[in-house]
Amino acid sequence: MKALMSLPPYAELLGVTLEARDGEAPVLVMPFRDDVLGRPGFLHGGAISGLLEVAAIVSLQHALAEEDGARELRARIKPVNVTVDFMRGGRDKPTRAEGIVTRLGTRVANVEAIAWQDDRDKPIAHARMNYLIARD
Amino acid sequence: MSGFNIDAFMAHRFGGHAGTLGIVYHGRDDTGGKGWVELALPYGDALIGDPDSKVLASGPIIALMDMATSVAVWVKRGKFAPQATLDLRVDYLRPAVPGRTVIGRGECLKITRSIAFVRGIAYDETPDDPLAHVAGTFMLMDAPSTGSRA
Repeated sequence: MKALMSLPPYAELLGVTLEARDGEAPVLVMPFRDDVLGRPGFLHGGAISGLLEVAAIVSLQHALAEEDGARELRARIKPVNVTVDFMRGGRDKPTRAEGIVTRLGTRVANVEAIAWQDDRDKPIAHARMNYLIARD
Repeated sequence: MSGFNIDAFMAHRFGGHAGTLGIVYHGRDDTGGKGWVELALPYGDALIGDPDSKVLASGPIIALMDMATSVAVWVKRGKFAPQATLDLRVDYLRPAVPGRTVIGRGECLKITRSIAFVRGIAYDETPDDPLAHVAGTFMLMDAPSTGSRA
């Protein structure tokens, strides 16, 4: 894979690291620490949302690169909106997240993202995003 | 707006994620009108989402609006009580201008037995030119019949 998965400063603030996967966008891992804490003992909803958004963008970059090689690496991604459902409190353990590109169009991409802790089938949060794609 | 003293509550800095982001209390509408609350998110290099344009990431804006609307619920209820965000939708109307502090204005529209309905805007110059719009719901954890599930 090309070295396109450089994470923005905000992802570093969240403490996010990447777990590579063959042929798929990497999984994001966010450790539990003070910087992402909300009410005592639980992750902040904003930190979970931020993780989901970074996961969505990483998966979208991956999909754009798969689609048409290097030419699309210059495509810029603009968030239009996001809807986050919080299903479980985030506890004192690492949180993983992945984005799923449900449709990649010429101008718009529909992306979902889920975040989980112990069990991927029991997500702590789910998000749906629309992105505008500005192709140079 | 009796039992909840927002000025005392906001006198200390936020800890946790909000403290890391640098979110602070900004103001409120106490004219007896809509009863909004404003929090401020100062611009910082660590919050950048796009290194080329230096525009803030969208995550810190969600965190700001989650908190501003959350505090608006406490003000409307007149007390601090635990609540969990059920869902939050954010429309990004335009990018935040790099270097500017983003103000998040939260409003609580309605409180039922177990749910609070909220909305808000984020702006970096005037409320007439918002950069984001949000709508969300909170689950009131102290409500009867919701039990003790987190």
